[in-house]
Amino acid sequence: MTDIQLQTTTLSEAACRQFVADNQAGAIVMFSGTVRNQTQGKLVLRLEFEAYEPMAIAEMRKIAEQAIRQFDVLKISIHHRVGVLAIGEIPVVITVSAKHRQAAFAACQFCIDTLKQTVPIWKKEVFEDGAIWVAAHP
Amino acid sequence: MKIKVLTFGVTRDIIGEDVLFLDLPAGSTVADVRTHLTERFPPIEKLASLMFAVNAEYATSEAQLAELDELALIPPVSGG
Repeated sequence: MTDIQLQTTTLSEAACRQFVADNQAGAIVMFSGTVRNQTQGKLVLRLEFEAYEPMAIAEMRKIAEQAIRQFDVLKISIHHRVGVLAIGEIPVVITVSAKHRQAAFAACQFCIDTLKQTVPIWKKEVFEDGAIWVAAHP
Repeated sequence: MKIKVLTFGVTRDIIGEDVLFLDLPAGSTVADVRTHLTERFPPIEKLASLMFAVNAEYATSEAQLAELDELALIPPVSGG
């Protein structure tokens, strides 16, 4: 079972945990992204995320379904935020329940690593003296 | 045939519009659109990568387009 959401409001770690909770689960692993205040020593004021929404949801669903097939896990929740995020806010929460912790860790890592490669979401870092789209240029 | 091009991230900054409508010869491919766009907007060539999606699915450069297809420009993604 998977739960995929792209939202403009604050992500709820509690809601993610509640979705994956399962009486068969011996482990719940959560990856919670955090907006940090610097990039290569340069002060970041905020991040701005945008998505190609229908495709981003479809790609996140594919990742969660792939992880369910590939790892011995029970439920996966992937929530991603769009819009303007301040330092310390949460852009993404990936939560996995499994009977045993090894599978939960592996599936969670697979989901975040794949999300960063394939899901059409873009992040702009805003500095005091300008802004850049992350990874846009070599 | 008419197709709709969606721009995101740095490609929207380069092109200056969210949406672009192109009128292309029948049988045009994703690669043809890429050529057209890089001629019209040369900074596109300088991106680390540029992928394409047709109707919200990743597409290869050989993919043929059809009337009213929605082609999205996917510069390097940076979610998470």
